[in-house]
Amino acid sequence: MSADRAYLTGGRMGDGLARLAAEIARIDAGFADAGAQAVEPAALQPSGPLLGLYGEDIRARAFVTTDPVEGELMLRPDFTVPVLRLHMQGGAAPARYRYCGPVYRRQEPGSARPTEYLQAGVEILGEADPVAADAEVFALIREALGEVAETAAVRTGDLSIAFAAVAGLEAPERWKAALRRHLWRPAKFRAVLEGFGERPAPTPARAALIAAANQGEDALRAHVRALGPLHGARPFEDVLARARELAQDARMTLPRGQIDWLEAVLAVKGPSAEALEALRALDVNAALRPALDRMARRLDALGPGAETLPFDASFGRGLEYYDGFTFEFSAPDRPGLPPLAGGGRYDALTSRLGFVGALPAVGGIVRPEALLAASGGV
Amino acid sequence: MAGPASDRSADRIILGLPSKGRLRDACFEWFAERGVTVEGTGAEREYAGRVVGVEGVDLALLSAGEIPKELAAGRIHLGVTGEDMVRERIPDADAAVRLLAAMGFGFADLVIAVPDAWADVETMADLDAVAGRLRADLGRPLRIATKYHLLVRRFLRAQGVADCLLVDSQGATEGAVRQGAAEAIADITTSGATLTDNRLRPLADGLILKSQAHLCLSNRAALGPARAARLDALGEALGLGPLASARVPQ
Repeated sequence: MSADRAYLTGGRMGDGLARLAAEIARIDAGFADAGAQAVEPAALQPSGPLLGLYGEDIRARAFVTTDPVEGELMLRPDFTVPVLRLHMQGGAAPARYRYCGPVYRRQEPGSARPTEYLQAGVEILGEADPVAADAEVFALIREALGEVAETAAVRTGDLSIAFAAVAGLEAPERWKAALRRHLWRPAKFRAVLEGFGERPAPTPARAALIAAANQGEDALRAHVRALGPLHGARPFEDVLARARELAQDARMTLPRGQIDWLEAVLAVKGPSAEALEALRALDVNAALRPALDRMARRLDALGPGAETLPFDASFGRGLEYYDGFTFEFSAPDRPGLPPLAGGGRYDALTSRLGFVGALPAVGGIVRPEALLAASGGV
Repeated sequence: MAGPASDRSADRIILGLPSKGRLRDACFEWFAERGVTVEGTGAEREYAGRVVGVEGVDLALLSAGEIPKELAAGRIHLGVTGEDMVRERIPDADAAVRLLAAMGFGFADLVIAVPDAWADVETMADLDAVAGRLRADLGRPLRIATKYHLLVRRFLRAQGVADCLLVDSQGATEGAVRQGAAEAIADITTSGATLTDNRLRPLADGLILKSQAHLCLSNRAALGPARAARLDALGEALGLGPLASARVPQ
């Protein structure tokens, strides 16, 4: 019904709206007390940065429209990128921002998920002590959940451990880069990883290409040139360069032990203190030590009870920008509701959006409508 | 079933067929081989026709691209169109329609093809790797020209291919690479000759869909007892069995 909202019956007028507004004001006041300034990014965002970050998939997840002058636009599917763009255009680091408003998501036909729902969030940019900022954002979001926090189920993760594990492989840098690129697509990541292990014999065409590359520069050029003309943006030299790499790759194999080790690291889950011990035990060549030391300091900073917080080394791999601490709160007795809140660290995102220089960043959001639904509705 | 009631439009069912060309003629033949005469009335270009031999079936001659939309909206009960059109134009195709019969014509394979000169690209995994290089080295996505946006996007996602951008091409898609508008294409091919002429080559695992013309049943068209009986009668006449009960409940 038009008077309904995401996860709520009613809530667009009268008492229901007043209760929702009060809940949002309570959440917002908590973020304001932490020194975050209010920002209000445009609902319509240029599609370029979103396409650059999420790729073609975002066109299936966001509402796309066009303006004769501004070109392709998208209704913001989240706040993180729009807030970062605001910051890049006029803010000075360090900075703390808070916001609340609707985000818009296209859903697959038949899906019961809402196409429009509210997010209230906080982002901490450029903080000198990332571990303290992680713990602060976690505490702010838990605080924002009010009484619901006491019964909410929590999940945490830390993708910097996964990145450190990839870096610790005994493999060429370009293999590591290929793995990093697909870290947020677990099935593809696994296929790429397995592909570095024992492989089937190359196809005849691939064998011929490798033979030409091994024969030398002239043979390789002649081999590729004979196949036909080259159009489009991909340079001829890039075809040659990748052919040379394939020839090198054909002589190398990632040992089974390395593959199993990486998969074991990514599979660690359990209460945080036990997960940390399990990861320490796996860290035979100390590749993970800085990331694990950070995790230990974060557990201290999170305070009493942190050692039992459920931890999953792969949690956060569903969203293509988290690269550090990740967390989520959900209502276990309300399976129809989405996570009530969540967030994480995304240090590399700003550089992927074209921001010059590193800008460590961590943030989180609450879904006020889902939160209200979890505590009894409007 | 003849009688005054059978002429009420609320009791009649609508069969949508392509209005033009080889596809329409092949449809007419397919029905004729099964003892149901479907014919255009009047001049060749007129969009009117009738079904002879089964009571209470109206014929709608439509542009082939419209038929999926009409089926999904439930404005026609049955329709003939390519599976590629059904799956591209109806996001929830499996819920909206039921593919009743493959008709043995209108064959088309939707494939992803790359330039012959991409000696290093044989598979979707290679394509993904090249897309990653273009993004890293040139800061731009690998462009794939197509008119099958939904099917291609879903295929790329399922294959874990990143850093691609679909560019719209509503005709002569094979030429998009030569013109510099795209690095690769996703298009339908029958013999592959047009691809070869344009120095393009389908990827070994780049077959998105093997399509042909299908008789399709709308799961969404309104169906009272009279229409259900007629749908069943038409199904029996075509050797497909009763059709009304074959609908997926909505």
